[in-house]
Amino acid sequence: MPFNQKPQKFNAKINTVTVGTGDKAVTIGGNSTFPFYTFDAPTENSPKIGVEITDMGLDDFAPGIKAYYEGCTTMAEIAQKAAAMEGGDFVVLNLEGGDPNGVNKSTEELIAIVKEVADAIDCPLVVEGCKNVEKDAELLPKVAEALQGRNVIVMSEKEENYKAIGAAAGLAYNQIVGAESADDINLAKQLNVVTTQLGVDAKKIVMNVGTATVGYGYEYVVSTMDRIKGAALSQNDNMLQMPIITPVSSETWGVKESVATEEDMPEWGSEDERGIDMEVMTAAADLAAGSDAVILRHPESVKTIAKMIKALV
Amino acid sequence: MALNGIQIFKLTPKKNCKECGCPTCMAFSMKVAQGAMKIEQCPHMSEDALASLSEATAPPMKTIKIGTGAEELTLGGETVLFRHEKTFVNKSRYAVELCTCMDDAAVDAKLAEIPKVDYDRIGERMYAELVYVNCDAEATADKYTALVQKAAALGRTMILGCSDPEIAKAALEVCKDNKPVLNGANASNYEAMNAVATAAGVVLGVSGKDLNELYDTTAALEKLGNKNLVLDVTGADVKETFGNAVQVRRAALKDQDRTFGYPSIVNLAKIAGGDYHLQAALAAVFTMKYGSIIVMERMTYAEALPLYGLRQNVFTDPQKPMRVEPGIYPMNGADENSLVVTTVDFALTYFLVSGELERSGVPLNLVINDAGGLSVLTSWAAGKFSGNSISAFFKENVEPKVKSRRLVIPGKVAVLKGDLEAKLPGWEIIVGPREAVQLVKFLKDLDA
Ligand code: B12
Ligand code: SF4
Repeated sequence: MPFNQKPQKFNAKINTVTVGTGDKAVTIGGNSTFPFYTFDAPTENSPKIGVEITDMGLDDFAPGIKAYYEGCTTMAEIAQKAAAMEGGDFVVLNLEGGDPNGVNKSTEELIAIVKEVADAIDCPLVVEGCKNVEKDAELLPKVAEALQGRNVIVMSEKEENYKAIGAAAGLAYNQIVGAESADDINLAKQLNVVTTQLGVDAKKIVMNVGTATVGYGYEYVVSTMDRIKGAALSQNDNMLQMPIITPVSSETWGVKESVATEEDMPEWGSEDERGIDMEVMTAAADLAAGSDAVILRHPESVKTIAKMIKALV
Repeated sequence: MALNGIQIFKLTPKKNCKECGCPTCMAFSMKVAQGAMKIEQCPHMSEDALASLSEATAPPMKTIKIGTGAEELTLGGETVLFRHEKTFVNKSRYAVELCTCMDDAAVDAKLAEIPKVDYDRIGERMYAELVYVNCDAEATADKYTALVQKAAALGRTMILGCSDPEIAKAALEVCKDNKPVLNGANASNYEAMNAVATAAGVVLGVSGKDLNELYDTTAALEKLGNKNLVLDVTGADVKETFGNAVQVRRAALKDQDRTFGYPSIVNLAKIAGGDYHLQAALAAVFTMKYGSIIVMERMTYAEALPLYGLRQNVFTDPQKPMRVEPGIYPMNGADENSLVVTTVDFALTYFLVSGELERSGVPLNLVINDAGGLSVLTSWAAGKFSGNSISAFFKENVEPKVKSRRLVIPGKVAVLKGDLEAKLPGWEIIVGPREAVQLVKFLKDLDA
């Protein structure tokens, strides 16, 4: 008796969302299987990789990442170098310097950086807020306005500020809304519901459903993504069919395994290797759980994950 | 899978003798189907009926044990495809590969490297539990046995990657007592390999050129009476291997096909050899999706730190948060006048923070609050780590015992400073760094 292969067919699929414009535009989502289950149905669009830079320049980057950007002095140069990274599909600008509890850059100052970056590159662009809900409510609508016509993803729309960000990005300036929730399928769905109730097209929403570094409460990330993909495909829940985009690097490059110097932890060996593997394994796990795009920093991580995706699809 | 009442009824003697306490055999069968009674409670069941019942009610995936003593490992036994459905039970295990194709210096270097990664993370020992000893086509029995002997000295459980029955037999002579896995049965040699594995009393690994061949060979081995198996699902490339791993597990758990109800071996050295970062990425993927044994070319701290963290997360029971007891934990020889540092009762947070505090060498009292077993920001967001809850805990448990009035709070809840100053009069509230890793420097600077 031969093996009775039973493909798992779903009559539902993840929305397709195109980011950017022209030749370099990328499309995420569109699949009707669990991640990389090519034996059930072919993969419509393979997962994509964003290369993250920040308004804070290179100072906070790990030495191995800094080395890649050597010689870059302006944000425009950094952005161009990021856009040229092997394996990357789009550039992600993190506006962490806007955090009022941190450097607290003004909205005007940040918008100038956003424009400088956008003008320097022709690949798709994604902008992340500073994560302070009040500041983002003021900053991100301005970002959406400044980038009209570029079809960017404006991330960091949260339950607390969805009206300001969702309306500006998704309605007034016709960008893509990146809806962010904290590791909970119901919260993710709720945010999509209220965002569409504003009038935003469901097909112009992508989700960040929560992220953590492997080893750091990561089990919730896995289960949230597993459940969301399950509901999107098997229950055809159209309020959970938005593609998932997951910031990886902003989590992984802060933990001890990545930042402790070799001097401090001699038995742990090369700091660069540890940081890369922390980023690579978290990204690989995110993709296996259901992320349609991941956001990374280190050139070696980007190259490796691109290779892995190619090998699996 | 679970049988229904009618199916069980067909196996009873149909005497309606009531000895089981039920009015009829049918009533008894219904109770057994619901799990309210056990089939053994009928004294008249035939041996055959009992055997076919235990077969039918056996779990869909077998639990296989390898190794001996402290190195005994349990593989398989999973019941769900996704951890949120219940829990994963037996974690993935990692093997470092050695091969007869490596020169002595390379083998020695690898053997010296393996024991270097061995540490504790939240009460769990992290190390490469397995060594995969591969026999390449050219190797002789002597050469292979010598390598096996060398590897055995490490004391880790071995997987013998060898498909020549004669060579395998020779190698098992020197290591069978440690209960290694013999991985090498395939469509053309399974009878001979079966004889070697059964004679040595070890688990046999089966492979096939595709899923159909793997299935047929496994079925043939079962027919020979061997159910002490693991399935090597490694295919020609990454994509095929992933497809095999998922489909084998899914067939067993979702479609109740017991022929595929065995733990798996995934050999990354074969499909991603030479590329350590790609192996790292794939090790994460196969830890998430259904690799019981994952073979890699190396396991240094770079691989181990993220991988073992991932495994610990994926294999925790979703129903039980890992907590530590709230209370005062004096560290580094602290007394009642030493600095006070506070955090939450989530085991992971405690593990990370206490590790750094210890490293700092600064005497201090670590106060663990009752925060529902949640991380700093999660418990703060849930209202379980607030100005109110912390001050109440301090007034009741800390103030009567500790004289110091200097308190360091986690940087992530800097917003609590004002509130705590108001609610804990007399205390100096110091905002600490955001990450535990910055604590050593922070405490040294604070002291200075
Ligand atoms: C896993 C998780 C959960 C799990 C909880 C698991 C657990 N046991 O805690 C679940 C799914 C249950 C959960 C629930 C919620 N969560 Co949650 N969750 C996370 C997640 C992904 C990881 C948390 C974690 O385990 N971190 C690891 C531990 C070790 O970190 P930590 O405790 O902070 O400790 C570090 C530092 O604080 C420092 N430190 C610790 N103690 C001390 C002490 C001192 C003195 C010093 C100096 C330093 C220090 O050292 C540690 C290592 O550096 C984070 C996002 C993220 N990536 O961090 C969100 C996050 C914490 N959650 C969030 C929210 C909003 C919630 C919910 C309210 C919403 C929801 N999802 O339903 C609920 C609330 C809980 C409830 N009502 O029951 C938000 C909090 C937002 C904010 N800034 O306030 C976060 C940040 C996600 C986000 N970006 O929005 N969550
Ligand atoms: S003891 Fe067995 S035979 Fe007798 S009634 Fe019960 S089930 Fe039937």
